[in-house]
Amino acid sequence: MTRLSPTQTTGAGEQAPPILRESVAVSPTKAELRWFKRLALSRFLQVALGPALVLFLWYAASALGFLNTRLVPPPDATFATTWIALTQGTMIYDLTQTLGRVLWAFVIAAGLGVPIGIVIGANERLYRGAEFLIDFCRSTPATAMFPLFMLVFGLGDQGKVALAAFSALLIIVFNVAYGVLNARKTRILAARSMGAGRIRIFADVIFLETLPQTFVGLRAGVSLALVVIVVAEMFIGGMDGMGHRIMDDQMSYNLKDMYGSLILSGALGYCLNYAFLLIERHFVHWAGR
Amino acid sequence: MSGLNELSAPMSVAPLHPSGQQAIRHGRIEIRGLTKQFGDSDVYRNFNLDLQEGEFVSIFGPNGCGKSTFINLISGMIPIDFGTVLYDGKTIAQTRLSYVFQNYREALFPWMRAISNIQYPLKILGLDKKTQSRRVEELLAEFNIQIDLNRYPYELSGGQQQMVSILRALITDPEVLFLDEPFSALDYEMTLFMRERLQHVFLKRRNTMILVSHDLEEAIQLANRVLMLTRRPTRIAETVVVDVPWPRDAKSLTSPQFVAIKSHCLEVFSREVARRSDVGTGSGSD
Repeated sequence: MTRLSPTQTTGAGEQAPPILRESVAVSPTKAELRWFKRLALSRFLQVALGPALVLFLWYAASALGFLNTRLVPPPDATFATTWIALTQGTMIYDLTQTLGRVLWAFVIAAGLGVPIGIVIGANERLYRGAEFLIDFCRSTPATAMFPLFMLVFGLGDQGKVALAAFSALLIIVFNVAYGVLNARKTRILAARSMGAGRIRIFADVIFLETLPQTFVGLRAGVSLALVVIVVAEMFIGGMDGMGHRIMDDQMSYNLKDMYGSLILSGALGYCLNYAFLLIERHFVHWAGR
Repeated sequence: MSGLNELSAPMSVAPLHPSGQQAIRHGRIEIRGLTKQFGDSDVYRNFNLDLQEGEFVSIFGPNGCGKSTFINLISGMIPIDFGTVLYDGKTIAQTRLSYVFQNYREALFPWMRAISNIQYPLKILGLDKKTQSRRVEELLAEFNIQIDLNRYPYELSGGQQQMVSILRALITDPEVLFLDEPFSALDYEMTLFMRERLQHVFLKRRNTMILVSHDLEEAIQLANRVLMLTRRPTRIAETVVVDVPWPRDAKSLTSPQFVAIKSHCLEVFSREVARRSDVGTGSGSD
């Protein structure tokens, strides 16, 4: 097992964390296999320790009556309610609605952001010109743009997706452009010395050279898209999605469902990040090497 | 189809000599009026030099005298301000040149397996797939490489990576191979080994080799001719001919003949370094 930390959020311009990879596999002996299994088990226990501790404290505190049950319901009741909401209620529907919006926003942001980033990064003067603008927009809180986007795109899904896509786009553009601009010159020189033309150098060298930084941007982009979508679901009209559900639970004082929704929203974000790390590890196996 | 492609390839690659041994090249490399400024300091001012093709030439000189700049200029890696460089009468663009970088980690393509790295220059030349793999096989057979080339560069040791770089540079059968301090990032044991491998390549291929080294021992061991450079603006202080018999292994390094050449070079070098005070400051890093 290699260690991944999907909770790690990476900001723009940050180097991708080194991704450890197993060295080339040799068929393991039985003893090695046993050892490896024990290692995997102990890793799992280490990872599980934190959540187990939190659950235990939650359970103990509510059993001993330390918690105000009007604010924090006991864990067993919370999980039971969540289970029912998942299996018989509408929580799955809300989850998929949110996920769908995040993915739409992400696809739009990546589809536009990667080419734009490449074009801007390839031209240093263009980059200098666009740098301030992108940085400024990136620093403007996405939530401050709600009214504007509501005005332009309406209260439906379009507005939410557009706003999330816009926010993710800026992070992606910035990271890709930064990556292209800072591509190692040696490899470009090497390709040029072999007689490669501009387009080939771009496709074969610069694009791949930039891929680790591009993935940093994509991962940060999808995380931000989730945040924006959930908040948008809370405050911009609409009848579904995790944000809407959480807000609804709070107003109707359905705390067990609210805690369950919080945990599942967290799980959604975690899974998205983890999925991206797995994709990244597969496609950018050389990152950090 | 493949045969046609081979014939119509923009820059055809000379077939290997049947014996695998290349005929010694007899062309001349003529450098005339080479001038290059960085900022307002002249690195090269009206610099002239004649070299013999098929020779192994080392370049050695004080720090910041423009050793790397020199091969960057004559290989077309950086543009020349004034002057001409002709290889057997052909311009830089018309000549097949290859370059081995000091920093193999930044020169190899980590997203390709070692074997694809070696093959890549042929892809750029536009040869068809079949010819590409055949030429890689021929090259590997020639040098009996003990490296698992299906690995990615970062899975190989430093020496192995630099060997892959050298093979990548050789795959096009270049007329001139430039080497910019190729072994300076390797430990001594690996350096000695790589020097022997490079000699082996040279003796077999007889490509013109132009090596920049900051290691005098290395510069002498590998070369027919050592160019000793002065401080900026750079001139040739002396050309030292090394007539120690090939191949030169670790033992050759202690032979009286070698030691004599080395101490002579060291003398020239010390003289050039001492000249700093006469000229004043004016050297940067290269």
